[in-house]
Amino acid sequence: MDAIRTEGLTKFYGQIRGIENVSLTVERGGMFGFIGPNGAGKSTFIRTLLGLVRPTAGRGEVCGLDIRRDRERVLARVGYLPAEPSFWPGMRVRDVLRLCARLRKKDCDREAERLCQRLELDPSRRADQLSLGNKKKTAIVCAMQHEPELLILDEPTSGLDPLMQRAFFDLLRERSERGTTVFLSSHILSEVRQNCTRAAVIRAGSIAACGPVEDLARAGARRVTVRGRVRLDGLAGVRDWRAAPDGAAFLYSGDMDALLAALAAGEVQDLAISEPDLEEAFMHYYGEGGGADDRFPA
Amino acid sequence: MTVFRHELRQGRMTLAIWIASLAGLLAVCIGIFPEMRGQMEGVSALFASMGRFTAAFGMDRLDVGSLTGFYAVECGSVMALGGAFYACLSGVSALAREERDGTAELLLTQPVSRPRIVSEKLAAVLAQLAVMDAALLCLALAAIRCIGESVPWREVLLLHGACWLLQTELACVCFGLSAFLRRGGAGAAMGLAAGTYLLELIANLTDRAGFLRYLTPFAYCEGADIVAAGHLDTGLAALGLAWALAGVAAAYGWYGRKDIR
Repeated sequence: MDAIRTEGLTKFYGQIRGIENVSLTVERGGMFGFIGPNGAGKSTFIRTLLGLVRPTAGRGEVCGLDIRRDRERVLARVGYLPAEPSFWPGMRVRDVLRLCARLRKKDCDREAERLCQRLELDPSRRADQLSLGNKKKTAIVCAMQHEPELLILDEPTSGLDPLMQRAFFDLLRERSERGTTVFLSSHILSEVRQNCTRAAVIRAGSIAACGPVEDLARAGARRVTVRGRVRLDGLAGVRDWRAAPDGAAFLYSGDMDALLAALAAGEVQDLAISEPDLEEAFMHYYGEGGGADDRFPA
Repeated sequence: MTVFRHELRQGRMTLAIWIASLAGLLAVCIGIFPEMRGQMEGVSALFASMGRFTAAFGMDRLDVGSLTGFYAVECGSVMALGGAFYACLSGVSALAREERDGTAELLLTQPVSRPRIVSEKLAAVLAQLAVMDAALLCLALAAIRCIGESVPWREVLLLHGACWLLQTELACVCFGLSAFLRRGGAGAAMGLAAGTYLLELIANLTDRAGFLRYLTPFAYCEGADIVAAGHLDTGLAALGLAWALAGVAAAYGWYGRKDIR
């Protein structure tokens, strides 16, 4: 049984595309990265999984349960951290945590207290008057205090200082080692590279690539650095062109023979062809037409 | 009943302010009655000479020099109009404020079904109305005793019952509206309360606008009619109940499948 499985999941808000034909499988255990820039459809995908929005087409399962038919049972197994958490006016952090626990019919006081200590969160403070970072910590405790099977985290580290980010990822790793699946949606590539073993890239509402993080970085484009004079006009697959006084650097995802032929026709003094890092790969996936042939089995 | 208790806790300050405000107005109205009674002959003559406006406020059918008449016109208006504003504001914000304040994401990702959330929020709105009406009734009874008058039980209970019905109807209609809104609907709520009150005044001004009485809950809450007839207009009250049920049905129907953004 997979933690998440979707087939052709689609959501349109009227004429506006949210996600389109998203088929994705996230195996149980481990940390899975979900990468994409703002507006790519990351939050819509998550909201569809959690039943906040109804899919236009397709189907999805969370922990083996249908997201439409078994919504409450799905939510009982999931802890969700929204990108921009808000709390009810006048409530203290402790009250918010207890309310969420009561809605789950669970006594989470001990775990909530432990998490508050780890994250240095004062439960006696007014939740609606907290800074963004402290609001995020409160939402993290809400998401984790009932020890869910699956944690869905939408842009979890925005607002957290670097030390707190480290404490947060330590918590996630501990949970992951105990069998919790972590689904981490982010546009911060270093987070995904350092913490996730597998990842999917979403672009314009569709999955552009999915697979082990190292494979995503390796896939498709190569970083080419040339010293000398070359003419690459008309060569398909060149992007992110950066001219230098003595040459150029660019990402290349076209036919390698064609590139070598074009380079051979010029005056090349030095040449380096390397795998791009995840940041560069990300640019490749998000470029015009990028990622079209970079699908990995999910 | 976690959501129900949470709603009551969230709304307690607003409820307390409304109860204090309306109770204060009610107490003042009742408190000035003994002094007013001595001057009522002149006032009654003045009211009687206001033509259509006398009918609009129901003063052509009541003796405002008696406690019953005075209570029906003055206190009845305060309770009906004030209670209508509170009921509308309370109903319209019940569901919509979760999206307005950004708390819908947190609430609706807990393992509680949407129909249950709708039910508990509706129950909280109705419970708060009941608390307010009970408080106002107790205050009114105490105030009448304080000025040394005997309580006209039947009329007072009918007037308070009619106000409770009116508030329930408006709250349910606004609750249904709330399911469709993403931002606060305070303007719409206050417009509905004031608009339906105006419809009743217009319906009383001219016979040609009599059909408007079928559109406003203030029609069955008209103090003059209740005191004169000794009972509520059951037809109009049933129509009001139908509006209330339509509002509740709309809330369940729409909120259950609404996209939360």
